[in-house]
Amino acid sequence: MASLDRVKVLVLGDSGVGKSSLVHLLCQNQVLGNPSWTVGCSVDVRVHDYKEGTPDEKTYYTELWDVGGSVGSASSVKSTRAVFYNSVNGIILVHDLTNKKSSQNLYRWSLEALNKDSSPTGVIVSNGDYDREQFAESTVPLLLIGTKFDQIPENKRNDVLTRNTFLSEDFNAEEINLVGWVISERGIRMHNYSLTGFTDRKRFNFKNLHYD
Amino acid sequence: MSFFLDSVIMFTSQVLFFGCGWLFFVRQLFKDYEVRQYVVQVVFSVTFALCCTMFELIIFEILGALSSTSRYFHWKLNLYVILLVLIFVVPFYIGYFVVSNIRLLQRQRLLFACVVWFTFMYFFWKLGDPFPILSPKHGILSIEQLISRVGVIGVTLMALLSGFGAVNCPYTYMSYFLRNVTDSDILALERRLLQTMDMIVSKKKRIAMTRRQMYQRGEDQNKQTGFWGMIKSVTSAPSSNLSLIQQEVDALEELSRQLFLETVDLQATKERIEYSKTFQGKYFNFLGYFFSIYCVWKIFMATINIVFDRVGKTDPVTRGIEITVNYLGIQFDVKFWSQHISFILVGIIIVTSIRGLLITLTKFFYAISSSKSSNVIVLVLAQIMGMYFVSSVLLMRMSMPLEYRTIVTEVLGELQFNFYHRWFDVIFLHFHNTMHCLSLSSTF
Repeated sequence: MASLDRVKVLVLGDSGVGKSSLVHLLCQNQVLGNPSWTVGCSVDVRVHDYKEGTPDEKTYYTELWDVGGSVGSASSVKSTRAVFYNSVNGIILVHDLTNKKSSQNLYRWSLEALNKDSSPTGVIVSNGDYDREQFAESTVPLLLIGTKFDQIPENKRNDVLTRNTFLSEDFNAEEINLVGWVISERGIRMHNYSLTGFTDRKRFNFKNLHYD
Repeated sequence: MSFFLDSVIMFTSQVLFFGCGWLFFVRQLFKDYEVRQYVVQVVFSVTFALCCTMFELIIFEILGALSSTSRYFHWKLNLYVILLVLIFVVPFYIGYFVVSNIRLLQRQRLLFACVVWFTFMYFFWKLGDPFPILSPKHGILSIEQLISRVGVIGVTLMALLSGFGAVNCPYTYMSYFLRNVTDSDILALERRLLQTMDMIVSKKKRIAMTRRQMYQRGEDQNKQTGFWGMIKSVTSAPSSNLSLIQQEVDALEELSRQLFLETVDLQATKERIEYSKTFQGKYFNFLGYFFSIYCVWKIFMATINIVFDRVGKTDPVTRGIEITVNYLGIQFDVKFWSQHISFILVGIIIVTSIRGLLITLTKFFYAISSSKSSNVIVLVLAQIMGMYFVSSVLLMRMSMPLEYRTIVTEVLGELQFNFYHRWFDVIFLHFHNTMHCLSLSSTF
């Protein structure tokens, strides 16, 4: 067991977007019955077969570090949170599709995690304008996840998806919209909405998800 | 004509205050949340505007601006509207939003909100029984009845807040109470935290691997039901091992939370130490000493008031002028100066109390709100703010010279003002002592 390599992935996002539920779902294959506030950081582990079925198959432990709190926390909380950001292999940014602020705050979260946040109070000097230069030299892969899609009324869904496309382009990240979950034998399959006018979205089977 | 002009002035100032309340809401309170229900924002800004108008009317009273009939009219109007908002509108919306958050009652939200509102009215009315408020001359729904109850709640809040401020102030401002925290302390704690996290991770890896092996072997741990299931689960070694490891993980997670909170605490203390070395920090430290002395004096006065059963008859301004005239022999125009000094004094009290309350409310809001409960909390804060300001008007009466008290007395009728001062002192003292005992026991 010790011979398996470790992969550390941070799960970041505002309070109440669904990070703990997501992590629980990914690792325990069950829906989290009673979500409560995460104090500090909660870790969960998923055993993952990288490149399954090929001769290169390797089993990894994916550690999902779910860091609690909000972007506007006191600087003492931020400095303490920073200890969790060491040697990170990937970052999952979670935002709530029903709450625009949580999407806007993702910029600040990613900056904080990549240690580029220079001012302790978290006030971005560029006034919220996204600066691609900040991410140019970073090699950490990002994954954006939008939750609670089913809580958006039908007529607003198109707008939300458009906004998301821009958001994920800004981050140069992959994008998944979590809607319905089917827990099958071999893992978790996920349904995607295919809407006209959008480019063909990939169907992700989680067993095949790997980090490049 | 002058009445019309005065009304225009009042109205524009009210709109201005409404705008300030709106800005405060958007910039400070709700800066991390998305406003989905504009009702909340409107109600908050309206409450804020009404409270500020009240203070503005007091200032006008002292300055003698606007004609006295229009002042009186606006006082009455403002008071009625504020009472309407504080007693009818805000509690109803609080009930409505609380009910909306509960899944079960979603269907008949309005009905349940009305039920909640009636319960609130019942307790609000019952509140008046133990206090010397009811006088048979006035009817049920008169302004005196409502104001008196609002006054009781508001004065309690004021006393609690002042008590809290009086206790908190020396601890936050003065660096005497700061523990000495070095960088190595923080590093040691952080290392422990990371070690705990690593232990949690390794145990979870074992659990995950064991589960996976069991799954691959065809067993399903979670579906063991019935008699044979229990026998099976007892005899199979991995599962009991699993639950043992799970318990250890739970304990470690609790430990990690504690360590995290301790580290946050230490970091905050370290930052305060650094801040206290700056110029601003030293200034606040100095202020802290002053405030401590002031708080001690206030406690002393409160005790004396209660023990000797006396309520101050004259206000500080007249008293100060008396002292300067009689003992120091300085002669100056009493009327002229008393007006200006009381204006400045009352102005300072108003501004600091508004600012202090808003800052406290903001801190409180950040600490306890979440995306679900933010609406309810903002409305509760609006209610507190309204009641606080109404009763601060009641208490401010004592700080004003006699000739300016008339309008407050006229409008608010025959309230037992002395009672409120006594009540304030009692609550302040009790709360202050409790808080001090708690704080001291936690520091040492």
